[in-house]
Amino acid sequence: MKRSKRFTLLGVLLVSILLLAACPAPAAPAQEPAAESASDMAAAADEVVEIEYWQYNFAARVDAMDQLIAQFEEANPNIKVIHNADIPYAEFRDKIAASVPAGVGPDVATLFYGWQSAWIDSGYLVPLPEDAFPPAMVSEEFSPMVQASFVGGTLYTLPTAVRALALFYNRDLMEAAGLDPNSPPSTLDELQDQAVACTQRDDEGDLVVQGFVADPSAQDHHWFREVLVRQFGGVPYTDDYSQVLYNDDAGLQAWNYLLSFHTELATGDRDLFDGSTNAFVGGHVCFHVDGSFRLGTIANNNPDMNFGVTELPEHNGVKSTFGSYWTHGLTKKAAADQARFDASVKFLQFITSADAGALWVDIVGELPAQLDAGSNPELLADEKLGAFAAGLEYSHATFFADESQQRQAIIDSFDMVVLTDEDPAAALQIAADADQEVLDDFWSSR
Amino acid sequence: MRLTLHQRQIIWAYVFMSAALVFFVVIRWYPTILAFNVSFRDWNVFEGSGPWVGLENYQEIWEDAGKPRSSVTAAFSNTVRYVLFGVPTQLVLALAIALLLAQIRRLSALYRVAYFAPYVTSAVAVAFVWNWLYQPETGLINQALEVVGLPQQPFTKSPSQALPSITAVAVWQNLGFAVIIFLAGIQQIPAHYYEAARIDGANAWQLFWRITLPLLNPIIVYLTVLGTISYLRLFALVQNMSPQGTGGPLKSTTTVVLEVYREGFSSYKMGYAGALTVLLFFLILLITIIQLRFFSRRVEY
Repeated sequence: MKRSKRFTLLGVLLVSILLLAACPAPAAPAQEPAAESASDMAAAADEVVEIEYWQYNFAARVDAMDQLIAQFEEANPNIKVIHNADIPYAEFRDKIAASVPAGVGPDVATLFYGWQSAWIDSGYLVPLPEDAFPPAMVSEEFSPMVQASFVGGTLYTLPTAVRALALFYNRDLMEAAGLDPNSPPSTLDELQDQAVACTQRDDEGDLVVQGFVADPSAQDHHWFREVLVRQFGGVPYTDDYSQVLYNDDAGLQAWNYLLSFHTELATGDRDLFDGSTNAFVGGHVCFHVDGSFRLGTIANNNPDMNFGVTELPEHNGVKSTFGSYWTHGLTKKAAADQARFDASVKFLQFITSADAGALWVDIVGELPAQLDAGSNPELLADEKLGAFAAGLEYSHATFFADESQQRQAIIDSFDMVVLTDEDPAAALQIAADADQEVLDDFWSSR
Repeated sequence: MRLTLHQRQIIWAYVFMSAALVFFVVIRWYPTILAFNVSFRDWNVFEGSGPWVGLENYQEIWEDAGKPRSSVTAAFSNTVRYVLFGVPTQLVLALAIALLLAQIRRLSALYRVAYFAPYVTSAVAVAFVWNWLYQPETGLINQALEVVGLPQQPFTKSPSQALPSITAVAVWQNLGFAVIIFLAGIQQIPAHYYEAARIDGANAWQLFWRITLPLLNPIIVYLTVLGTISYLRLFALVQNMSPQGTGGPLKSTTTVVLEVYREGFSSYKMGYAGALTVLLFFLILLITIIQLRFFSRRVEY
């Protein structure tokens, strides 16, 4: 009996020790010899260098990148690019976070520019080499919003294409409300008037057609910070984006303007149809602020919708729009191996060229990041893309320390007013405080 | 060395158990131990390591909890509220349904399947369906309210109704499991106890309070402990039913696990997320020990 007990204990110990010793290890070592021998071979002869490129799954982007990769590989027969675009948008950041520590991530990765701070802080991105990407060239040739890719004066990423916001309008709904679909709102006041005129309710008072839906969880938080605040005479942040400034008089006027669609005018309810974007794409909303990327969504989901796109309404003679972009960075994995790094730099140069931007706009509908391609008269005249292209020269890209938290600050304050009757000025101050805390947190650590 | 039959049996037992053991060690224990380690470090998610910072992450959580409109405070207080609303409701409803099902002879299997189906359904699918049911204006529940002349309700869109609305779905989803366990318990109670009591003149109410309920005590303890743990770890429903999966509106539905996810995978603050996980671990441990200590008492007749 005693012997068997000792035997049992020994068995348990042995099994657990064996397992504990064996388990955590396999992922990493199994990977490295393979990678090393591949690069050894590449160095030894003029063999193929394999690099991996990742982006999230979005059909048009995948298609465009496949074509770019084919062109690149033809011009550089000794480089092979593995294109991983199987990851859905919602999981993209998690997958990257999980894959890189395991040593199986990308060499070149596409990320939203607002994520740069977190990725740099996590040590994932390496600076772009200055000889291949001179800062002066970037300032001259690229849209001014790309300056957001310089963090502390160092360039970390570069995009193929950029996007801006514009005003989408549903022509059929306008016509049904007796508005002229050929003269959509061109000022903020007109937007309010037309939104009220376009709103329809049934006998029970339920909204049937929504004129305009204020929805900060869609693009309206950008619209507020970079467009409305500037149009009412303020600035959202200091030039280096280290201090919140939208909690002043101008900011409050902009804030009240945004809230008015929900409170006094009641031209829409963001809770219907799961938010303003779905509601517009579904054909239930007259006016909607959104980016060029929505053209593809509409084409896929509601191709028959009769809609137009115009520049964002101006106010006090001020035009502004929010610019943003998906951008490409080089990872630590690429930097670990000279041959792979050189190949990755070459690939990055290729996909950020003006030619790549021109191909991209045709397939994805995003505007080329290179100014030359963006000021192309043909593009400016385009019925749908023209409004976005026109916005490029007056666009601002917010530098985000933590995009999701800074966005949440605006959403929460909007909710406080709409759901809990908080005073708008007090709510705006709360948003500014929360936003400032995120910024302080970020800047204090450098 | 010659092995006795008993020893050989033990060896085979370990061989067969090893598959499950591998699973537990790799999928459960190793990450758990790692989470403790991470919580004491300024962990860098991309490097898979980080400098030792002692209790700094815990201190940060403590400081954040003291701030106005703190997510951490909301997460812990909401989590406790989910347990307090969810567990008793679930137990009472499940017991009532189980007692009724125990009476049914015809089609009893069909009813059991119907109650159990939600439990085996993916929480994400459940969340989608209930999101539709809760929709303002177009949702089935609001349309039904309108038909009977009651005012429409915002449900998950309102800071005061969102948490009870999500709790209701969690109860609906977990109910089937509790019903089946209760049913098994009820059928274990020997029929002659009831017969004897009836001969002594006990009424149905007395039978329930004096026989059924006391003899179901082990089951009630078991379901309370399991239910509490599952509500303390609530995540998927909240992630899929709150606006943009943020635990809103205004943090009214966020849970500790949701905050762990958001801090870890959206802000990449793994150390902070790890520390939250460890706090949750001890919270669960403490509550479970208390429940087992105070509710377990053997009842025998």
